[in-house]
Amino acid sequence: MTTPALLRRVDRPARPSALSNALVFGWRAVLKFKHVPEQLFDLVMTPIMFTLLFTFVFGGALAGTPGDYLQFFLPGILVQTVMFNAVYSGMGLSTDFQKGLFDRFRALPIWSLAPFAGLMVGDLLRHLIAGGIILTIGLILGYRPDAGLPGVIGAFALLLAVGFGTGWIFIVLGLLVRTPMTVMTFGFTVMFPLIFASNIMVDPATMPGWLGGFVAVNPVSLITTAMRGLMDGSASAVTIGLALIFPVAMTALLAPVTLLIYRRK
Amino acid sequence: MPPSPSLAISARGLVKRFGAMTAVAGIDLDVPRGTIFGILGPNGAGKTTLLRMLATLIAPDAGSATVMGHDLRAAPDAVRGVIAMTGQFASLDEDLTGRENLVMLGRLWGFGRQAAGARADDLLAAFALSDAARRQVKTYSGGMRRRLDIAASLVITPGVLFLDEPTTGLDPAARAGVWRLIRDLAASGVTILLTTQYLEEADQLAARIAVIDHGRKIAEGTSRELKATTGSGTLHVTPAQAAQRDAAAALLAALLGTTVGRSAEGAQLSVAVPDAARANAALAALIAADIPLADFAMGSPSLDEVFFALTGQPLPPEEATA
Repeated sequence: MTTPALLRRVDRPARPSALSNALVFGWRAVLKFKHVPEQLFDLVMTPIMFTLLFTFVFGGALAGTPGDYLQFFLPGILVQTVMFNAVYSGMGLSTDFQKGLFDRFRALPIWSLAPFAGLMVGDLLRHLIAGGIILTIGLILGYRPDAGLPGVIGAFALLLAVGFGTGWIFIVLGLLVRTPMTVMTFGFTVMFPLIFASNIMVDPATMPGWLGGFVAVNPVSLITTAMRGLMDGSASAVTIGLALIFPVAMTALLAPVTLLIYRRK
Repeated sequence: MPPSPSLAISARGLVKRFGAMTAVAGIDLDVPRGTIFGILGPNGAGKTTLLRMLATLIAPDAGSATVMGHDLRAAPDAVRGVIAMTGQFASLDEDLTGRENLVMLGRLWGFGRQAAGARADDLLAAFALSDAARRQVKTYSGGMRRRLDIAASLVITPGVLFLDEPTTGLDPAARAGVWRLIRDLAASGVTILLTTQYLEEADQLAARIAVIDHGRKIAEGTSRELKATTGSGTLHVTPAQAAQRDAAAALLAALLGTTVGRSAEGAQLSVAVPDAARANAALAALIAADIPLADFAMGSPSLDEVFFALTGQPLPPEEATA
């Protein structure tokens, strides 16, 4: 080891802005795609299998033809993809804490929410890439969004809002839970009933009344209804507003909680 | 009263509790600028908690401290601006390359892309990591990780560098490298507060040492002063016959006028000796008494022996480090 570079005194530059701090963490999230490309495989394999399985195995029985079912199912599988992706980012956060990486960040004079803002940038990129892949496969299989490109852009904007809102749940979990595996188990335990007891896979008309009642108010159903509406051009301001309740409420509630837990930890 | 400007760290009555457990039970600390200060203690003594409080990572429940003149409670961000901390476990992003880790920290400090890259390259060269600069950290050896972790604390020259057990888990060559590095840093004017479980490490590096046990400071002084309480060395003998252990212990105790320690399994006796002549006399006495030895050795007093001398009690077995 040589010492000159160490002995040369390096002083602190002018304090960077909060936005600059957040962008550095966003850059870190992008680097992760470069170094761990297999994470994308984890993110899209399950939704691809679901799409193929439901379309070709159950689709005909559920909707008459696989093609008709895909038209019904695809907007919903996008919602499912984004919600499960959020579980993975909670696991990533829990890993960072376990490794002590956040100790270094917290001992730096930076905007204290910057690491989370960066995490969100990475999340949104993940949602966009995974959603894009699923949509492409849907298009190849014959899915046609009646509302065209504007409809798809609107649907993806809603998707990102949902991903952002759901992300807070798993950021809080990642902060509270010690091991990434527990975050995953807990996340999937909560997500499965929400995803399956919704209108993603089937029309809830044939479900027993008590379940139908839950499905009707399940935020996943409200979001899926708005996604379908946006992509086929039938969405109203009301359906979109109902879909946005969940992500807006989660952000308003959990962003301050995140800060509180983080400052106390 | 404001602390003296010649002090890098001045702490009074720091306390930290975790539920019913008191990790740090009122510690005072004065660390002069530009020195290496060692905090010596067994696992669970409160060393890491003390460091984490001074590094603003956890808030003290009571007491106060200033770091480079900034108050820990009133101006934590100012404290963060003059410190760096390398924890016990590498605080690096394993998925990124070594260079990317350093560039990320440089940019968080506020350097532009180019300046952050140049500083990263300087540090990588200084720490003999240039060849591994573009490899993911998860492929690094333990010694390389520790070097990168310390480099990550030097992106900006800190006023105070906190090192939590900087050589735990390193092989002897890597340990010697880290020691050299710590001395060079101190020579350049950085104040270093390090924790260790090894008396030898504190002895090699630190100008002053505080010994911590159960969240309290039980002694403080130079290495020489601490050793004076335990004798300059320790004689370890193993009688060849188990039946003679008690006789050997009694003889040593009588001859040296001090307590004789026993290893966990009882075979080895340890006794503090003030100098080589006394050690020589003790060995001669054992042989004269017809107590043959399977093994004998002279060593520096271990942490256990310092503890024994300071507290009159051995370290609890699960915490013993020897």
